[in-house]
Order: sequence, then C-alpha cells, then structure tokens
Amino acid sequence: MAGKIFALVVVLITLVTAYCVITHIWWMPVDISVHGPKIDHQIEETILVAGLLFIAGQVVLAAFAFLYGGARSKIKQIPGGAKPLVLFAFILVGTEVLALSFIGSKAWGAVYFEAPDPASMRIDVQAGQFAYYFRYPGPDGRFGPLHPELINEGNQNYFGIDQDHDADAKDDIVTAELAIPVNKPILLTLHSKDVGHAFDVRELRIQQDFVPGIVIPIHFTAIQTGRFEIVCTQLCGLGHYNMKAYLSVLSPTDFDDWLKKQAAMQ
Amino acid sequence: MALTVALLVLAAALGFAPGPGAATTGQITGSVKFDGPAPHQKPIDMSKDPTCAQTRGATQATTESVVIGANGGLANVVVYISQGLTGNEAASSQPVKMDQKGCQYVPHVVALNVGQHMTVVNSDKTSHNIHPDPKPGGGNNQWNKSQMAGSPPIDVTWASEEVAIPVKCNIHPWMRAFIAVVKGPFGVSNDSGSFKLDNVPAGTYTLTAWQETYGTQTQKLTVAAGKPATADFVFKAK
Repeated sequence: MAGKIFALVVVLITLVTAYCVITHIWWMPVDISVHGPKIDHQIEETILVAGLLFIAGQVVLAAFAFLYGGARSKIKQIPGGAKPLVLFAFILVGTEVLALSFIGSKAWGAVYFEAPDPASMRIDVQAGQFAYYFRYPGPDGRFGPLHPELINEGNQNYFGIDQDHDADAKDDIVTAELAIPVNKPILLTLHSKDVGHAFDVRELRIQQDFVPGIVIPIHFTAIQTGRFEIVCTQLCGLGHYNMKAYLSVLSPTDFDDWLKKQAAMQ
Repeated sequence: MALTVALLVLAAALGFAPGPGAATTGQITGSVKFDGPAPHQKPIDMSKDPTCAQTRGATQATTESVVIGANGGLANVVVYISQGLTGNEAASSQPVKMDQKGCQYVPHVVALNVGQHMTVVNSDKTSHNIHPDPKPGGGNNQWNKSQMAGSPPIDVTWASEEVAIPVKCNIHPWMRAFIAVVKGPFGVSNDSGSFKLDNVPAGTYTLTAWQETYGTQTQKLTVAAGKPATADFVFKAK
C-alpha cells in the first residue's frame, strides 16, 4: 500500500512541475535585449532535455514503487545485469551534457566574444560597497583619466576624476542611474573600487562580475523602453542585499533631455 | 554615608565646588566667515533608495563640504581649545545626538568631549550602517554597526582626542559626517557662522577652528574670569 501511495505522490509532483514549466507559470521576465533570444533558446533547450529526463526518471521510479513497493524481495537482480545499464546511463547523460555545453558555448560566445559595434555608446560603471555609479563622457566624447586617490564619496567624486585639472574630465557626467537610448548599441566598461561585485539585469539577460583592478567590457542593445532593476549578484559584504541601481531605457529624445538634466546637476 | 557627608562638608569648607563656577570662568564667542565665491555643492541623486525621499520631502539634498549661511557665515566649523588647558577637564554629561534623516547626517558635524556620550538615531524608514573611520593608532577604534528602521539608538563614547573622525554609511555612500572629539569647552558654528564656548576657566589659550575642507586655523586669546572674550575666524576660498 505504501508503495502505491508513494508512486501516486511522485506522479503528482511530476505532473504539477511539468505543468508549471510547460505553461510558463514562474517563467523568465520579459527579454529586452537583441542577444536575449539566443540565451532564452539555450535555456529552453536545456529545460526540454533535462525535463524529459526528469519525467522519464520519475515515471520509472513511480512504476518500480507501484509494482514492487513494500516487497523488496521480489527484485532479485536488474534485467540484463547492472553493468550495461550503468554504461548506457553514463553515455546518455554524458552525451547530453556535452551537447548542451557545445551549443551553449556558442550562445554565450555570441554575446561575449563578438566585438562591440564601433558605433556603441560607451558608459563607465563604478561599483563599490554598496552602490553603482555611471559616467558619461559629455559633449567632448572623451572620458577624463581616473585618479583612484581622489575618490571621495562625501563630495560625490565616485570615480576619482579631477575636473579642476583634466580637460577631458570637465564635462564628464556622473549619475546614480543608468539611462540609455533604446535600440542603440551600448558598451559598458565595468570598474570596481573595492571588492568583487556583479552587474545583473535579468531583462537584459546579462550577468557579469566586476573584478577589482580589471576593466571588463560588456555590450548589448536594448529594444524596449522601461525601467529595470540592476542588482548585485555577487556577495560583496554586509550591505550586499541593498546594492542596486536602476536602468532606464528611454527614447532618444527622452535620453537627450535626461542627460542634459544630469549635466546641469553636476 | 557619614563619610560622604563628612567629605562634602570638608570640600565646602575648603571652597571646592564640583566644577568651575560662573565666577571663575569666562565665555568665548565669535563668528566664522567665508571669504570668496561659495564652492559649488553637488546635488545628490538618492534614487537608489526611494525611502530616502519619504523622510526628506521635496528638498534637493546636496553635499555639505562647505555650508555658507546668510552674511557669509561659515557653518559646521568646530572651535576648541587646543593649548592651555590642564587636560583634566571633565567631559560634558549631556549626550550629543547624531540623527540619520532623509539619508543624510543631522548635524553634519558633531563635536563632543572624550568620554561624552553620543546617541546615534535613525529617523529614516530604511536601514543605515554607521561606519566611523578614525586614524589608525590614534586611540579610537573603527567600528561599523547596522541600524534598521525603528531600531533603538546606539550609544557611543570616544577614548581620545581626534579632529575629526569621518563617518560614512556603506548602504548610502553619499552620506558623510564628521565627529570632533576634544577635551574642554568647544563650540560648533551655526548657519550664521557664530559659535560659543561656555565655562572656559580664566587663562591664556590657543583656540583652533577646524573646517572639513579648509583645515585648521589657530589664534591666541586670553579669557578673564566672568568676562566674555571674542575670537573671529575667516576661511578663504581656495
């Protein structure tokens, strides 16, 4: 009896799980990036293959529990012996993992190994415990050099720029929110001033770590306007839970207005 | 009990009061002015934490590295006696308060005595962490405490003189305060630049004024018992 109840519970869990995945309840958030469909496709493929194996495994488990549950003595040996079965499982799972990695690396490589569009708009990102700041080059299109010893958060100098002495830094615009124009290729250069952090925007399908001492480029194009959360997904200290900023994807005219407003606030 | 009474009677007979009385002390008053164009104070974007705006309202927060009030008065300047005291002055028994309101420290500059109690309060609906960073080896210890919304006040004292200890909040990196720990009488200039040091024993002193951006200035002055002495400071724009 216990075996039959167990089999029923296993089948129920399998059905509910499969239903949630197939009907996209608790699915991924909307994708707003150009490269996102590749990532989503890869995730769907992974879920499909892993899901089929999951269902098959659960069904076999339920069947065995239903047929032989509570009467262990009935199974004397595995039909055909254990060795061929283990070998078969090893090859099946191995092939699957290799295939997923191979296809997956292509999707990943398309995002990370392709050079950014030469017309990309570059924005500097500074991560620090526990906030993000963003730097736009201003009308001259050039970023002023960074002097880490000048970083002074009490005076809003989060990047260590010297606007009194560096001509290129004079019109640099530093903001607490990342605004970008829609449909424009964006190149972010990630800096960290203290420890490891991460830049994660789920809707952009981008999650990239910051490493102190290394400038890490990431590029993307957003195709939908809106306001999205940028969160830190690398445990970085006691305020980690509160480390976030906002990404605003704006129409080109809204973006120009926003940037002018920010320039006036420097 | 009998011993205490006897000692008190003895003390009264010898003319000792528990502290310097008004008859034997003077007062130093004065003002701090700023000379030159006021340095630009950058607006602070607090969009990272929307709860900050709830307690601060519509007023735009700015940096507070140089706060100039009406008539060119320079606020947040700590004035204290750096030379001429015995060093055995008792700490003020009144606790000073440092509030976190609208995601800024109020006041921006706190002065207090060695051993005097300081109460840190969180009036915001968000978590703060208080992270004072004294000079290493100076006798004061660095610490870092979280204070959630509605948490009880944190009580602190400081072990040695230091002008001034920078304080920051790691959750809201723009927040900055300074704690000046001194011995003896002190004053902090208000928005019109005026300050007052009470209960200064008669004597000749070196008076120091400290401002977070422009550093220190000193001047000598003599305080006579029962009389007010004045001292004015001018900080020039760099």
